[in-house]
Amino acid sequence: MASSFSRILSSKRHIGILTLVGGSVTAGFLLHREHVSAGVPVRRRYPASAEFPDLRKHNNCMASNLTPAIYAKLCDRATPNGFTLDEAIQTGVDNPGHPFIKTVGMVAGDEESYEVFADLLDPVIKERHNGYDPRAMRHPTDLESSKIQSGHFDERYVLSSRVRTGRSIRGLSLPPACTRAERREVERVVVDALSGLKGDLTGKYYSLTQMTEKEQQQLIDDHFLFDKPVSPLLTCAGMARDWPDARGIWHNNEKTFLIWVNEEDHTRVISMEKGGNMKRVFERFCRGLKEVERLIQERGWEFMWNERLGYILTCPSNLGTGLRAGVHVKLPLLGKDPRFSKILDNLRLQKRGTGGVDTAAVGGVFDISNLDRLGQSEVQLVQTVIDGVNYLIECEKRLEKGQDIKVPAPIKLFK
Amino acid sequence: CAKNTQPTGTPPFEEEFPDLSKHNNHMAKVLSKEVYGKLRDKQTPSGYTLDDVIQTGVDNPGHPFIMTVGCVAGDEESYEVFKDLLDPVISDRHGGYKPTDKHKTDLNHENLKGGDDLDPNYVLSSRVRTGRSIKGFTLPPHNSRGERRIIERLSIEALNSLDGEFKGKYYPLKTMTDAEQEQLIADHFLFDKPVSPLLTCAGMARDWPDGRGIWHNENKTFLVWVNEEDHLRVISMQKGGNMREVFRRFCVGLQKIEEIFKKHDHGFMWNEHLGYILTCPSNLGTGLRGGVHVKLAKLSTHPKFEEILTRLRLQKRGTGGVDTASVGGVFDISNADRLGSSEVEQVQLVVDGVKLMVEMEKKLEKGESIDSMIPAQK
Repeated sequence: MASSFSRILSSKRHIGILTLVGGSVTAGFLLHREHVSAGVPVRRRYPASAEFPDLRKHNNCMASNLTPAIYAKLCDRATPNGFTLDEAIQTGVDNPGHPFIKTVGMVAGDEESYEVFADLLDPVIKERHNGYDPRAMRHPTDLESSKIQSGHFDERYVLSSRVRTGRSIRGLSLPPACTRAERREVERVVVDALSGLKGDLTGKYYSLTQMTEKEQQQLIDDHFLFDKPVSPLLTCAGMARDWPDARGIWHNNEKTFLIWVNEEDHTRVISMEKGGNMKRVFERFCRGLKEVERLIQERGWEFMWNERLGYILTCPSNLGTGLRAGVHVKLPLLGKDPRFSKILDNLRLQKRGTGGVDTAAVGGVFDISNLDRLGQSEVQLVQTVIDGVNYLIECEKRLEKGQDIKVPAPIKLFK
Repeated sequence: CAKNTQPTGTPPFEEEFPDLSKHNNHMAKVLSKEVYGKLRDKQTPSGYTLDDVIQTGVDNPGHPFIMTVGCVAGDEESYEVFKDLLDPVISDRHGGYKPTDKHKTDLNHENLKGGDDLDPNYVLSSRVRTGRSIKGFTLPPHNSRGERRIIERLSIEALNSLDGEFKGKYYPLKTMTDAEQEQLIADHFLFDKPVSPLLTCAGMARDWPDGRGIWHNENKTFLVWVNEEDHLRVISMQKGGNMREVFRRFCVGLQKIEEIFKKHDHGFMWNEHLGYILTCPSNLGTGLRGGVHVKLAKLSTHPKFEEILTRLRLQKRGTGGVDTASVGGVFDISNADRLGSSEVEQVQLVVDGVKLMVEMEKKLEKGESIDSMIPAQK
């Protein structure tokens, strides 16, 4: 495969392949931040103190961790692609946040951002991921779905099951920083690989620039279509540039395996179905992911991954597994119980409305999913969701019968 | 001077060329693959690239009826380094203005004839605005927080040294009290964080509200916006139809401000080809929009209204400004031109044109025809 990107890739893949060997001292040494080149020098006319953002009214993870000293140390650096600290933090400067919701407030422009700006990203990651220390800990990756126990929910309560994650193509910049050519290359690489999927994963790609009105309507009806981002958290990070160039949606004929191309990440991979068979959803998820990985590797590409941070994605909140496994579940009684939030917390679960993040629950139906992303494996997180949702259903059943429920003991993090 | 930005192993420019097939803006009409290929490896000394210039036009395909510019300058040098794109855009936008043409600047308010007798029963208010950029700093799409803050500081120093009719006060957006904010809104002075994607996609809302503010004189007739779409937007306004007075105050105030900036070695960006340099190519030249809010209930429904405006070299907007509708038959009428004619010439067109249109309105009110009054193309 002759790619116009091959010469850029050769140096980056060098780092990546050594990382994949995993566990070796050499790999760890090569990834140590001082060895990543600083890239193009950054234009700087004023001292760091004159450029330091005013974060006094801000409440996000970046603002909590960015000191003038860290800013001064990092502001003249850039990744080999030229991504700067100011670009990484722009979304957090522009979006002070909400007193109740703590957003991350920064993004990565490429894989190297996590190294070059580690002095800021490491504490942000630690805060966001409940104390996970990227300098000291290793993230486990486990996509062996056969390890899942039970995982078939009571379908009088669970209406649908879904698992999603993201994957980035090593060697190409991430959505905040990518050029049109890079974004188009991501699309080509991914679509080419997906065309190799067979059996129940056989499917089709719908490019946002070329889809017909009919295709668009069908995708909307299936709840598959994604829109141009309007959230300033994303637009201020530059993720909507050149829309809808090189964006699209792929799904299998059965509409149970779906991939978004070039939205907030290079790819978002979703396995879903109506009903409560989470085990089957996860099995298809793992099988599909491994197959896509095999297909891109055949063509000389790989996913961004390392031992410290797991799968590398645009937003630090999605590092590790990038995985959100969830169900739409009817909990009308439990949902009104004052202990509901505490029960969820202890089970390491979160609730959302049925429209997804930032929506409200309708008709007692909640979107329940894992809180954590980094520091536990995919298998562990999905098991947590399965065990937790089963517990919630038990609670609902007990409340139906007028029986009392118990708040479970908190689950230990970082098993 | 332009520097080569691309490392070895970069994809060929065809892979980067934007898909403009559904676009309708000046940039999209002009940007061919050849021009893109020629310019994409260049950058201005401050690091602004072609992709930066055109991003807003790529992200905002435009409207079938309204032709937006679709590109911005990141600094003064953008107009040189990217002239192969910007010259044709400027020509399209400014009536065929050629790269060899010279622009006249005339801020001598005494050269304006009349303008003090527009009928206040029809002309509700009069206003002249322009923009100014401070030499040596990059423009709002590109500037850093440090630069923006210095622009603010220099502006405050200059404005605070004004006296007499220009004595006033600065209100930084960041620290304004609720009471001050309410008053500025009531006075129609307060500007908001830009929401138009034309501006946000060009990066002009970054770090809001850091370094932004509003200055106005005690009489509330002279107002300066700091670090909104340009370094400075300068506005002179008052109720009624005395455009002559509004223009006098505009010219005198501007010249006082310019003197102070020059004393500190920071003149305004200007050259004899493009006049005053501003962020958007549509505002080059005078950057001047002189206009009135005028009641033209009958004339505005006349079939020849648009043609009259065109011949008078005027444009209409709703009373909320650009992209708003008129309310109660009241229109915002202003000059259409910016580049290739002077400030005095442009305000003269407004004064003469509005006077004529008010007379037409009066005729129509009496049920008389205005056919004999239709002007020739100015």
